[in-house]
Amino acid sequence: MLMPAPDQGLLARRAEFVAALRAIVPGEGVIDDDAGLAAYECDGLTAYRQRPMIVVLPETVDQVSRILAYCHGVGLKVVPRGAGTSLSGGSLPLADGIILGMGKFNRILDVDYANRCAVVQPGVTNLSVTHAVAGEGFYYAPDPSSQIACSIGGNVAENAGGVHCLKYGMTTNNLLGVELVLIDGTVMRLGGKHLDPQGLDLLGVVCGSEGLLGVVTEVTVRILQAPETQRALLMGFQEVEAAGACVAAVIAAGIIPAGMEMMDRLAIAAAEAFVKVGYPLDVEALLIIELDGPPAEVDHLIEVVREIGEGCGASYLRISMNEDERKGFWAGRKAAFPAVGRISPDYYCMDGTIPRATLPKVLRRMTELSEACGLRIANVFHAGDGNLHPLILYDADVPGELHKAEELGAAILTLCVEVGGVLTGEHGVGVEKRDLMEVQFGPADLDQQQRLKCAFDEDGLLNPGKVFPKLCRCAELGRVHIHGGKVRFPELDRF
Amino acid sequence: MAWTPKDAADAAAAVGDALAQGRTLELVGTGTRRAFGRPVEADAVLDLSALNRVVTYQPEELILAVEPGVPMADVAVMLAERGQCLAFEPPDFGPLWGLPAGLGTVGGAMLTGRGGPRRLTAGGPRDHCLGLKGVNGFGEAFAAGGRVVKNVTGFDVCKLATGSFGTLCAVTELTVKVLPAPPQAQTLVIRGLGDEAAMAVMAKALGCPAQVSSAAHLPADIAARSHVGELSAAGGGVTLLRVEGVGPSVTARIAHLAQVLSSETRQAVLDREASQLAWKEIADAAFFVGRQDPVWKLSVAPMSGAAAGRRLADELGGRCFYDWGGGAVWLELPAAPDAHAGRVRQVLAQVGDGHATLMRAPGAVRAQVAPFQPLAPGVAALTERVRAQFDPQRIFNPGRMYA
Repeated sequence: MLMPAPDQGLLARRAEFVAALRAIVPGEGVIDDDAGLAAYECDGLTAYRQRPMIVVLPETVDQVSRILAYCHGVGLKVVPRGAGTSLSGGSLPLADGIILGMGKFNRILDVDYANRCAVVQPGVTNLSVTHAVAGEGFYYAPDPSSQIACSIGGNVAENAGGVHCLKYGMTTNNLLGVELVLIDGTVMRLGGKHLDPQGLDLLGVVCGSEGLLGVVTEVTVRILQAPETQRALLMGFQEVEAAGACVAAVIAAGIIPAGMEMMDRLAIAAAEAFVKVGYPLDVEALLIIELDGPPAEVDHLIEVVREIGEGCGASYLRISMNEDERKGFWAGRKAAFPAVGRISPDYYCMDGTIPRATLPKVLRRMTELSEACGLRIANVFHAGDGNLHPLILYDADVPGELHKAEELGAAILTLCVEVGGVLTGEHGVGVEKRDLMEVQFGPADLDQQQRLKCAFDEDGLLNPGKVFPKLCRCAELGRVHIHGGKVRFPELDRF
Repeated sequence: MAWTPKDAADAAAAVGDALAQGRTLELVGTGTRRAFGRPVEADAVLDLSALNRVVTYQPEELILAVEPGVPMADVAVMLAERGQCLAFEPPDFGPLWGLPAGLGTVGGAMLTGRGGPRRLTAGGPRDHCLGLKGVNGFGEAFAAGGRVVKNVTGFDVCKLATGSFGTLCAVTELTVKVLPAPPQAQTLVIRGLGDEAAMAVMAKALGCPAQVSSAAHLPADIAARSHVGELSAAGGGVTLLRVEGVGPSVTARIAHLAQVLSSETRQAVLDREASQLAWKEIADAAFFVGRQDPVWKLSVAPMSGAAAGRRLADELGGRCFYDWGGGAVWLELPAAPDAHAGRVRQVLAQVGDGHATLMRAPGAVRAQVAPFQPLAPGVAALTERVRAQFDPQRIFNPGRMYA
């Protein structure tokens, strides 16, 4: 993974930067020793590592504003970081940049039940929002698998999803407002406890911007009343096509389940070997369909879905009769990643989204790709919204295997785009899928996105090297070329 | 003069011509929303109403891709045939502006970014726009988003375009998320509550597990204008709590809700048909149709609704009603040169965060007072930088949002 070449001039001024940042954040809030910096070398995408020049851990909005204004003034690059759980390398450091760690912003500021929202600092973990409001029967709906560790600020940056987002939406659909600091230190509020933007939907574009547009210092999220009941069906199918048809039939029946997950044979076997929850081992695909809501609704829909499953030829079908059983159904799915970790030294998790109807074709093609390169693939799949998580099994200690895994991953994501899907459903582009952006987007599409970046960060100091395969040149992008026909730009440097 | 492109390539050529000639463009579909926002003064009209093809409708993928000129009424019929809908419940403000009902387009609905009563729980147009194609002010055709329901690839440009009132680009295609239409709906009505008490009752209802999808309060003077007999004959304020879903669930949840609110004894239930009519009136602000007086819509924290609405209505001699559990305040005020903009926004600022949009007023008034909430300086500067990165020569709908 090639990052922009470090600027030797910046590296040479390290002591000066450290002193200036210490003047803003005193004491241990500025880290410049090797042992301290090592802890920030990577995020959840551990295949890529880079020691940052300096780590800064501010505690106040004023400090964040002054840090960014300082970096803006001296041309120092900034990589924002929440809990560091990104699976796409969103907070991979730069050798000549600082890590702006938001971990000390860890307080829940206001829980407002009457207005059904919570105001929290960005370093608060996803799950602790739910814990804070559970006593009154509320919860925060987006539930990425990393919810015990990932921060709300990171969720906003990545527009995090989760198992339940088909019914309850992604982060962006549950986000009411933020306090945002721009690279020049400007502090602003977007949204609040009300609905809809005042003007252009800047909140909507900040969410999911992967740390390229600004740094969020406060977040207002919607909280929901927790459903009264949850029940799940576990269904096994002899053919992936039949499982796919079942998913389509559920949607066609007008049912949006709280969760609808699929696992393939290898994932089922790995999960069952790990947690022993009684998954059938003689099926090609396993579906977990969860329904939530009032008991009358759940009991009614469970029967409807059972009939659909039987009609689609389910060879195995169980319905949870109590919470223990329901949790048992999920235990294997939730342990799928570590379970795969037990059968392979390393794995690489992909995140494309496809039109659901193309699932059988995509799985067939993936099998061919897997056989051609000799690496196994286990598939878990948010089936309701078409979000695939193929896990590529490899061994980093075998020379060349990481590279093979990366190539297989790129081939899979390219396949997702070819069938009408996208590169990433919930993990973000980061560095991981950066060089594939041109597979999904044409030059004009990427130019327009980069122009948006220019409106927020003209000098390209916030998280450069992420999302876009070419660094942005705002002056050139800003020109209107009325007489077309010629190539407007000389080929830009890639990294 | 007017350009009427037949397809996206035509539209790009028209924008290119306009750029070359230094002309500004007013973007219109069927033109039903021209009274929304500031009046546009442009050199020419770019009429996108002939871009009216349904590109693809895939009910099982939950997606619909259309050109912007497709009539919303046609889409509603097409989706209903497959038991689906646009969950944000697109309002039809045509009659509010003195036009016939049912003339608006999908493009107009998405680009003006307003949702109906179900916006409260299901999100607005912003939450249902998955992808778009358009021509920017550089004359370049570009695409954003995708055609799948879950996508975080690149910046969410669709959110920006939704609600941009055509000030960023000429949209030539939109992909929207469609969802199953609730097969059954009933509305629990509580009679006789004052505005403040209604805010508390709505909060209680929305905070219980009955999954109320919409909550509105009509004070007595507004309820009297309803065409739903149960509401107009109530003889006082009515608080409406809608429950939607499959039949057995709706029955059980209405019963649950009635129990939760049992201290409010004056209860009634609207059946599906009456419920549909009532929420359509609320969505379209139908109580203000056939009049000329200025209409405002305030978006505030739900519990602040009455503090803003009742106070302004009483003080200025107008009337108001509440949607979104109190978070949307619809306000009709007596005519005034500034449509009472100064006072409305002063009171708004006192009750907390939010914004006030002038939804109806003569063009001269809309040109003079800001129809959209004035932005804080930092946000205003950023908004202008963002707009300029789509349309540096300011050729699209100049002045539509801000002077």
